[in-house]
Amino acid sequence: MAEVLVYVDHVDGAVRKPTLELLTLARRIGEPVAVALGNGAADTAATLAEHGAVKVLTHDAAEYADYLVVPKVDALQAAHEAVSPAAVLVPSSAEGKEIAARLALRLGSGIITDAVDLEAGDEGPVATQSVFAASYTTKSRVSKGTPVITVKPNSAAVEAAPAAGAVEALSVTFSEQATGTKVTGRTPRESTGRPELTEAAIVVSGGRGVNGAENFAIIEALADSLGAAVGASRAAVDAGWYPHTNQVGQTGKSVSPQLYIASGISGAIQHRAGMQTSKTIVAVNKDAEAPIFELVDYGVVGDLFDVVPQLTEEIKARKG
Amino acid sequence: MSLRIVVTVKYVPDATGDRHFADDLTVDRDDVDGLLSELDEYAVEQALQIAEEADDAEITVLTVGPEDAKDALRKALSMGADKAVHVEDDDLHGTDAIGTSLVLAKAIEKAGYDLVISGMASTDGVMGVVPALLAERLGVPQVTLLSEVSVEDGVVKGRRDGDAASEQLEAQLPAVVSVTDQSGEARYPSFKGIMAAKKKPVESWDLSDLDLEAEEVGLEGAYTVVDTATERPARTAGTIVKDEGEGGKQLAEFLAGQKFI
Ligand SMILES: Cc1cc2nc3c(=O)[nH]c(=O)nc-3n(C[C@H](O)[C@H](O)[C@H](O)COP(=O)(O)OP(=O)(O)OC[C@H]3O[C@@H](n4cnc5c(N)ncnc54)[C@H](O)[C@@H]3O)c2cc1C
Ligand SMILES: Nc1ncnc2c1ncn2[C@@H]1O[C@H](COP(=O)(O)O)[C@@H](O)[C@H]1O
Repeated sequence: MAEVLVYVDHVDGAVRKPTLELLTLARRIGEPVAVALGNGAADTAATLAEHGAVKVLTHDAAEYADYLVVPKVDALQAAHEAVSPAAVLVPSSAEGKEIAARLALRLGSGIITDAVDLEAGDEGPVATQSVFAASYTTKSRVSKGTPVITVKPNSAAVEAAPAAGAVEALSVTFSEQATGTKVTGRTPRESTGRPELTEAAIVVSGGRGVNGAENFAIIEALADSLGAAVGASRAAVDAGWYPHTNQVGQTGKSVSPQLYIASGISGAIQHRAGMQTSKTIVAVNKDAEAPIFELVDYGVVGDLFDVVPQLTEEIKARKG
Repeated sequence: MSLRIVVTVKYVPDATGDRHFADDLTVDRDDVDGLLSELDEYAVEQALQIAEEADDAEITVLTVGPEDAKDALRKALSMGADKAVHVEDDDLHGTDAIGTSLVLAKAIEKAGYDLVISGMASTDGVMGVVPALLAERLGVPQVTLLSEVSVEDGVVKGRRDGDAASEQLEAQLPAVVSVTDQSGEARYPSFKGIMAAKKKPVESWDLSDLDLEAEEVGLEGAYTVVDTATERPARTAGTIVKDEGEGGKQLAEFLAGQKFI
């Protein structure tokens, strides 16, 4: 059976959920061979094996943390040479897309970014994408070389599928370009204790209607009652009320949770671009004409300062 | 020595318009008004600021696109760029990201450069891969997705706000940079700028000027195929209630019905 390379996104050995989703998709095409790089690479093996990796290729070197993107491209290229896979799958983060693009170019291959689904086809893997702010769904294929495909978080279920997960050391020679862009400083994000925005099953977002940084406590309280991540519109971010890392939309994160709750957000096209594929959409807005109501499964026309706290209380009461 | 900056700008269909696919499954550019991709305005802005700091700099704006893409170049020139290059050729219709990066890289080399500045992503394709592809093709450092950028003594520095961390980056010129919409609001063209832009040089290059063959680009040369594009069915109309004092409770009832609580 053909092998499929899966690039592992991990933090010091802790595998991030989108990688496990990739393993689910990879198994539809062939046998997943995972590639884990950098500090803690070998520690990923047990989790990857549980989710279907037949092999885990690992390599650690200071270059992965000290230089931008290219060392990882060199490593994936080495893995490609070692395995000759039927496809290469990479999580669709900003960095993942850059790694994938450069790899594709080196392999003489085509690249598809931001797939939301993947299936085996007669002429190679078929990727589903959601385009033009999710107003169209396309099915595409790579027609030259080894398909390189990046996949968005929440595109597949994480499935247990125990496999050998044999760890093998990958041998990597870094290219001349590898050390071109030096990382001279790094400030890790402080953890909020809430789920990762792109990975969360529920996202609770606030917009300009929240009217002030301190009022975001109302949005956070609702999020915490549901175990949700907090999002924000660009208007709220630009106003300095909430960090840019939490922005949902075209120039922020693209989310696809089971449930999206928008409060005080009008639903501009650039915001919709980042949330329109959510399974269930709920909005609270005092303007009955707000475009967000065109998307909702359930909408409340009302003042968020009344509706949201009441909702939070009711959820807490019901959860006991 | 003058600092030669090339800014890559894309002409895109207006995102607030009703965007569609044409029969050949390429982006329909006829029915919707086009404009300079808003995310590339940030690239032009940072180029202008870097040029203002440098002793001597020259900004060339570069686009690969249909005839109307000149509008995007004009806008960038009226913001303050010095000259423009338009790569235009009928054979370019349907070119994908890999092909676009090939054409851009050839044009950048022909124009001459110390620094390439791109937007974070185009607002139509939203791939965000062209800057990385350009760095790979040109064989120069990639310093991308910067929310802060500066150039001094032949070194580019910037801040990249990633998912897990915020990183400080540094590379020697020549290099390819891309900037995000957090890098600072783009200026509006002044009346003077708009008038001056009319006199600025716009060169037109076709594939033969770049020693490229038709087979290397366009739909023929594409590395990917779109098999189908279907309009997403309109979401079935949801329930909308007016808050009469029980809105939060009604919403909780809905969420409970959907098993979210
Ligand atoms: C290139 C580009 C990229 C962009 N990228 C993004 C992006 O990634 N993400 C993004 O979100 N936007 C993005 N935008 C901006 C987008 O166009 C909108 O300006 C933005 O989404 C508006 O945010 P908002 O809905 O919070 O604010 P508004 O549009 O001002 O809407 C606020 C809403 O709150 C309601 N409201 C006010 N008070 C209350 C109250 N007390 N109770 C209930 N409702 C209330 C109002 O009725 C209104 O509908 C981008 C724009 C451009 C040009
Ligand atoms: N046809 C084009 N002409 C000029 N620049 C482009 C073109 N396509 C992409 N770019 C540049 O590459 C960036 C990223 O585009 P993309 O990878 O398509 O999302 C854009 O912000 C532009 O700076």
